[in-house]
Amino acid sequence: MHSDTLLGRVMASKGLVIMSIVLGILLWGGFNWAMEATNNEAFCISCHEMKDNVYQEYRRTIHYSNRTGVRATCPDCHVPREWGAKMIRKIQASNELWHKFLGTIDTKEKFEKRRPYLSARVWKAMKDNDSHECRNCHDYDSMDFTRQGIRAFDNHERGFDQGKTCIDCHKGIAHSLPEGYLGKTQL
Amino acid sequence: MNKIMLLASAVFMVFCTWGLAAQAEGTGGLSSLRGTQELNQEDKVPVHKQWRPDRKPIPRDYVQQPPLVPHTIEGYQINLRQNKCLTCHSWARYKETGATKISLTHFRDRFGNEMSNVSPQRYFCTQCHAPQKDAVPLVDNTFEPVGALRH
Repeated sequence: MHSDTLLGRVMASKGLVIMSIVLGILLWGGFNWAMEATNNEAFCISCHEMKDNVYQEYRRTIHYSNRTGVRATCPDCHVPREWGAKMIRKIQASNELWHKFLGTIDTKEKFEKRRPYLSARVWKAMKDNDSHECRNCHDYDSMDFTRQGIRAFDNHERGFDQGKTCIDCHKGIAHSLPEGYLGKTQL
Repeated sequence: MNKIMLLASAVFMVFCTWGLAAQAEGTGGLSSLRGTQELNQEDKVPVHKQWRPDRKPIPRDYVQQPPLVPHTIEGYQINLRQNKCLTCHSWARYKETGATKISLTHFRDRFGNEMSNVSPQRYFCTQCHAPQKDAVPLVDNTFEPVGALRH
């Protein structure tokens, strides 16, 4: 009889199996949908702390508007693409929700005061993963130095020889530098 | 004194406006160094001028000239918080970046006091130093640098 063994009982309940699969797809899909819904520029700037400060600074930069119209938005630089790293970052983002609730940087003055700390954190994260997010788009191996300007060519050649990573030199490329920057920003 | 200045500037402005109005055909319009633009014609769209590509330092044409900026400065900001120019041209950084060092004259205030950092008067670089676009001069001139600077 089929119901004598576990396998038998499971196979007997075909409806349960199919339903579980469908439910699993829905839940997993829903989870990923929620992940992506919180992973775009519109979501990030729904907080006024972001929209009034860093977003305004970013709008003046080349990653916002440029010759070709190819843009890098908030998650492109701040959220890793790989699933595992992305999940870690998303869990860390609960800290951001917490501080949103506390209102830690909800005025311009508070934000400016905290800017050195916030930038240092981001820079450290980028340095630790070797500017991984930059390399999502800017592939060093495909970089044609002969098509760059003199300054870019010199500095890239020298920088890469010195083992530098993107963020070592390109700080302040998307958001304003903290006051008194040039080595003084410590974590 | 003030009244005279006011009257003089009013007369001057009227004179300028009269001088600029196109004379031909009485349609109005504008006559300038860039040519004549009639009111009943479609505007000539000015050619969009590009930044000239990065170059080596440009020799000066006169001794006191603030050197021209030989590279593009698009997006470079100079404000209270940061001075983008100095991230390459400061004394602390110029050797590493290969840039021209900011001159010692920029460390002096108007009273001649030597300071230990860039004088606030000299902080805003683009007040004197201009980047270059590929704009052809509208008026020919016969300016020549002094012998000492001729290159």
